[in-house]
Amino acid sequence: MISRTEKAANYVILLAFAAFALGPIVTVVLAALGPNDAGDTSGFGNFAEAWKIGHFGTYLRMSLAVSVSVVVISVLLSVLAGFAFGTMRFRGSGILFYLFLLGIMMPSEAIVVPLYFDLRTLGLTDTYWAVALPQVAQSVAFGTFWMRTFFRAGGRDLVEAARLDGASTRRMLWQIQVPLARPAIVTMIVLVFMWTWNEFLIPLVMVTNESLRTAPLGLAFFQGQYSQGFTLLAAGAVIVATPVVILYLFLQRHFIAGMLEGAVRE
Amino acid sequence: MPGFAVYAAFLLYPLLRSVQLSFYDWDGLTLGKWAGFANYQEIISDAGLRSAFGHALVLMLFFAVIPVCVGLLLASILNRAKVRGLPFFRTVVFLPQVIAMVVVAVAWRRMYAPDGTINDLLHAIGLGSVARGWLGDYALALPAVGFIGSWFETGLVTVLLLAGMSRISGSLYEAARLDGAGPVQEFFAVTLPSVRGEIAVALTLTVIAALRTFDLVYVTTSGGPGNSTSVPSYEVYHRAFELGRVGSAAAIGVTLTVLILLISLVINKIGDREGSR
Repeated sequence: MISRTEKAANYVILLAFAAFALGPIVTVVLAALGPNDAGDTSGFGNFAEAWKIGHFGTYLRMSLAVSVSVVVISVLLSVLAGFAFGTMRFRGSGILFYLFLLGIMMPSEAIVVPLYFDLRTLGLTDTYWAVALPQVAQSVAFGTFWMRTFFRAGGRDLVEAARLDGASTRRMLWQIQVPLARPAIVTMIVLVFMWTWNEFLIPLVMVTNESLRTAPLGLAFFQGQYSQGFTLLAAGAVIVATPVVILYLFLQRHFIAGMLEGAVRE
Repeated sequence: MPGFAVYAAFLLYPLLRSVQLSFYDWDGLTLGKWAGFANYQEIISDAGLRSAFGHALVLMLFFAVIPVCVGLLLASILNRAKVRGLPFFRTVVFLPQVIAMVVVAVAWRRMYAPDGTINDLLHAIGLGSVARGWLGDYALALPAVGFIGSWFETGLVTVLLLAGMSRISGSLYEAARLDGAGPVQEFFAVTLPSVRGEIAVALTLTVIAALRTFDLVYVTTSGGPGNSTSVPSYEVYHRAFELGRVGSAAAIGVTLTVLILLISLVINKIGDREGSR
């Protein structure tokens, strides 16, 4: 059905577009590996230099601490809340559910202003908690919706069957439902980790102390302070992007499926 | 429900406080003064703020409309042609989505720099006269920022539409072929109606992304030159934390939220109605 020229044209389009998508990324990686404008390092030496000047070790530690704790806390809370929404009927569950839905669409810009001033009153700004807790809340909104969809699909029948067998609700959740929900939970972990790692506004506003900066924030400040050429900045950019990119390449099927299905949430 | 407690404390309560603050004239330090709707009136009357919302509209074109058009074209070609290497392609075009926006911004600043990649390319093909500092140009900075949005959203939209198109049954295409439809008619008669739902999702996601672009603007241009690339989310930050006009910032944030809710509602209504025909 498809002629040879058409086929060739398709490959050309495919390749052209792949090149377009990769172009800026390749530019940065090449720049990072090139000779330093200051002239004293090159290749992987740039990464070591950027790491030292840019304090990326500190930033990555903070990012990792925030991301891991946001993932752990919000997955735990989302599984519980999603299970409740998916399998039980209780008073006000409709309204509560819409409140969660609102949280998925709400931009950080809408909450960051009062959040900053209220947390400042409590003396919590410039702490690790000011960065992590708002993001737990955002992730719980998404995660609850995500887990509810899953528990709904297979939930009620299983719940009834298990109840007939005399299983307690808690047992049912952790020993029957959660193992079944593994794929959904893995996708959620991956997405929440990526969103938290890449978040910019909340750490920017909440933290002034340099040792509490997350990696993207550190990179932005590095760009502002370090203006001698692009090489070290590029190396810093690569350092900041790499953890999520590696995760993506390993789990890209989960990633893409999750982004697409997560997309339907709106 | 501990989940709800965290959620309420860090999202719902601040949202309400945001609404409350938006009615005050407050500098963040002294006692605030009741301002009624003055902060909202300012959004309409202040030329700078009006243009910030206008810029957001332009960004929507680049973040949403262009990617959906390009994505439709790409996805329909890829869907019909059984090309090899599709998984590779999908992985590559989706990659910009997972990279931190700050990194994206740093990369594109380099692309746009006076001695950057784009100008090098222009010189190489003999168009050196077009070369310039793209982000420093009053007229071109906003489209230049928008184009970055086209770059990272097109991959997402294409993959999303491809997923939708792969669900279309082949017999529909055969029927169209039997009726004598060419590739173009086939696209409008079969492909386009079948992916209405996916288009709605793609538009919702990309429009929201356009409206809440903060990090991209902050790192590439900080709203400049002049105010030519300022957007509402940047104004929220700028006003609250640089100018000390907290009430005004809160009003912009609330307006932005309402806009996002409205737009996603409208897009989903349209998508639903058309999809269920």
